[in-house]
Amino acid sequence: MSKKDLGLLILILVVGAIVAIINPRFLLPINLANTSNLIGLFGILSIGQAFVIITGGIELSVGSVVALLGTLFIDFIAVRGMEWPLAFVLILVLGAIIGLAHGWLITRLKLQPFVVTLCGLLIYRGVARFYTADGTAGFAFGQNFPDLEFLTAGRSYGVPNSFIALIVISIVMWVVLHRSVFGRYLYAIGKNEEAAKYSGIRTGRVVIAAYVICGVLTALSAIYFAMYTRSISPASHGQFYELYAIAAAVLGGFSLRGGEGSLIGVILGTVLLQELQNLVNLLGIPSSLNFAVMGGVILIGVLVDQQWGVFRERRLMVDATRKSAAGAAAE
Amino acid sequence: MNYSDTSIAASVTAPFLSLENVRKTYPGVVALDGFSMEVRPGEVIGLVGENGAGKSTLMKILGGVTTPDSGTITVDGTAHDRLSVEGSLGSGIAFVHQELNLFDNLDVAANIFFGREPLRAGPLKLVDRAKLRTMVAPLLKRVGANFSADTPVATLSLAQQQMVEIAKALSIEARLVILDEPTSSLPLAETDKLLDVIKALKADGISVIFISHRLHEVERVADRVVVLRDGMLAGTLPKSDIGHDQMVKLMIGRMLKEREKASEAARAPGAVALAAKAIRTPAYPGRPVDLDIRRGEILGLAGLVGSGRTELARVFFGIDSKLGGALELDGKPLALGSAADAVAHGIFLVPEDRKLTGILLDLSIAQNISLPNLPAHARRSLVSKSAETATAEKQKKDLGIKAPSVQTRTGTLSGGNQQKVVLGKWLAMNPKVMILDEPTRGIDIGAKAEIYGLMRALADAGVAVLMISSDMEEVIGVSDRIAVMHEGQISGILDKDRFSQENVLLLAVGKQPK
Repeated sequence: MSKKDLGLLILILVVGAIVAIINPRFLLPINLANTSNLIGLFGILSIGQAFVIITGGIELSVGSVVALLGTLFIDFIAVRGMEWPLAFVLILVLGAIIGLAHGWLITRLKLQPFVVTLCGLLIYRGVARFYTADGTAGFAFGQNFPDLEFLTAGRSYGVPNSFIALIVISIVMWVVLHRSVFGRYLYAIGKNEEAAKYSGIRTGRVVIAAYVICGVLTALSAIYFAMYTRSISPASHGQFYELYAIAAAVLGGFSLRGGEGSLIGVILGTVLLQELQNLVNLLGIPSSLNFAVMGGVILIGVLVDQQWGVFRERRLMVDATRKSAAGAAAE
Repeated sequence: MNYSDTSIAASVTAPFLSLENVRKTYPGVVALDGFSMEVRPGEVIGLVGENGAGKSTLMKILGGVTTPDSGTITVDGTAHDRLSVEGSLGSGIAFVHQELNLFDNLDVAANIFFGREPLRAGPLKLVDRAKLRTMVAPLLKRVGANFSADTPVATLSLAQQQMVEIAKALSIEARLVILDEPTSSLPLAETDKLLDVIKALKADGISVIFISHRLHEVERVADRVVVLRDGMLAGTLPKSDIGHDQMVKLMIGRMLKEREKASEAARAPGAVALAAKAIRTPAYPGRPVDLDIRRGEILGLAGLVGSGRTELARVFFGIDSKLGGALELDGKPLALGSAADAVAHGIFLVPEDRKLTGILLDLSIAQNISLPNLPAHARRSLVSKSAETATAEKQKKDLGIKAPSVQTRTGTLSGGNQQKVVLGKWLAMNPKVMILDEPTRGIDIGAKAEIYGLMRALADAGVAVLMISSDMEEVIGVSDRIAVMHEGQISGILDKDRFSQENVLLLAVGKQPK
């Protein structure tokens, strides 16, 4: 765990302690379970985003993808009567195809990630609304999928299964990002794509793979979100989720220029964001201020981090000067 | 000041600038130690030394940017403990830096008198353009400029931009102009123009300190050469003793062997490794290039900047795709879709721009070296740090990379050591064809010699080496054959018996040698 991650963890614990003191309901099992469920849902989404951001790209369409794929998933199993495991796989494949398309447009046709995924944001939202004719996709009364519901919205030993899914995915993706050849390529490309290319890395393929990973994880979280809300109105479902994911990555130490950030960081970033949401609810802050609180905390966090860096650099210089002065005096 | 006749007579021969026993230390380093030198009016001093020898510190002291710990600086008869920036400018010391400080969206006149423009009477303070032009014209004439005062700087060549900088120096009535590596980025033909300007300055009684790594240019213009080594004066060479070997000997404290080696008889050429058959590059789509690179040889690729050498290298390395023609490797057709394909075939490139394309400054030495061959340093797709470290340790030892450990970030290394990391990542694999684009640019003489030695060792091991270089001494000293490019085409290939600066130059400007 890096110092940055440690600082974030301490911040999470301090904020948690303060909230718990002001309103002890924060520590009630039901509150913790609800919050960790949300952490699981948003965490899966944010990991996907992190893989794109590490290459120096950005994926703005994830909120709309959550809406579109969630709508399709519910439609497949509730209306069209498709077996849920088949629908599950199909949705993941669709997520992969979306990622592949974005990656291809960005690397082969040299479009900017911001532009490609902004268009995606608009397109998928529109398609989702058209698909349901602006209606709501949901389950019929009494319709049940016990296995699926257990896996997505259920709990094991009181822990939400979505949170357990996040932990499993985190461990796998931590290895991929921090230990694998592919992860090294991602960092190298994020730091300096030209130099990576001159080292014989097929940078295009690696970047496409990052978008595919993002697409698949987004699709997975779309299923979780769908099973969590159980009914989807495509006009608003998943709105701003891309910003939650980007905020989690930035809080977790990712640089939007690419090449920087850790998996633990993005998870902690997600935890802090959900903790803040919870704080707004528990402390009786008007929920209209929700976004303002989050924005304020992210800004302060990034500022402190930046200033801390400047302070440390200065201290190093002062130390060096002192040492040399002491050395000169000794001569 | 005393204006008696005798002191005027004395001032003619008295030095304009003299430094005595100047010492400057930085934390942990003595940058200058007991350094003394003097510059007489109208004298051209060549200042040479390896990177880190103390040249930059000396310049900073003369520019008033740094305060020396001890010592005396005497300018024009007045002794100082230190110079301030204003004091340095006020006493007529002007700098022309390696990186030019011109506004390329303004014209020549506006650059020369930037911030000091003559103004027209009136409340609007409009620039008096007519007057400005009359002020600039004589300055441009003095530096031998062939362009007018209203030329936009963006349209000027590098040498012409340097002339503008020098004209700027003259406009503040400089008495000493310090040129820091002025020719390092200049093509051959433009260098001559700059050296002429230096001679013109000298004729006007202005002193010049000429700092350069290009020793033959120092040889041509300097009246005296001051050599720095490890912050100390290694020696001063009077005009009669100025020679390449003497300078190098003082700079590194020993003689270089590589030059003797280069003068050996031509080797028997090996089989053709990489062959270009009527290759057309994106830079010069209408000019096909034919070139054979043989195993066991160092083929020098000379030519002016912009003649298409780097573009050709990029095609050989698969970065750019060729527009026509064919590539062959060991006689078999070779298709390259990307640099990854070239690497898979054992064709490696040490690119021109080390920091942008050669290495990743934020990664460690070990991570840079393993990058092109990462799957070989991994088990089940997971990077093995021990395998990576072992490879890097070997290269560090073989190449003599100076760093605390292989985990050191490459961004903290010197240029020479960074270049060795670039070489190391390819040497750790099996090169068949090694292309080096300006491999010693910005690298000090000691590291240069090591890189020449490495290239020769590669060639001896049967690798085909292609070396692109703008440094004439290097091309002639290191190559077994020299191909010269002119405007996108190979204008000629010289064998060892026809090596001469003149022949290379003639081919570079598109003429045939005699």
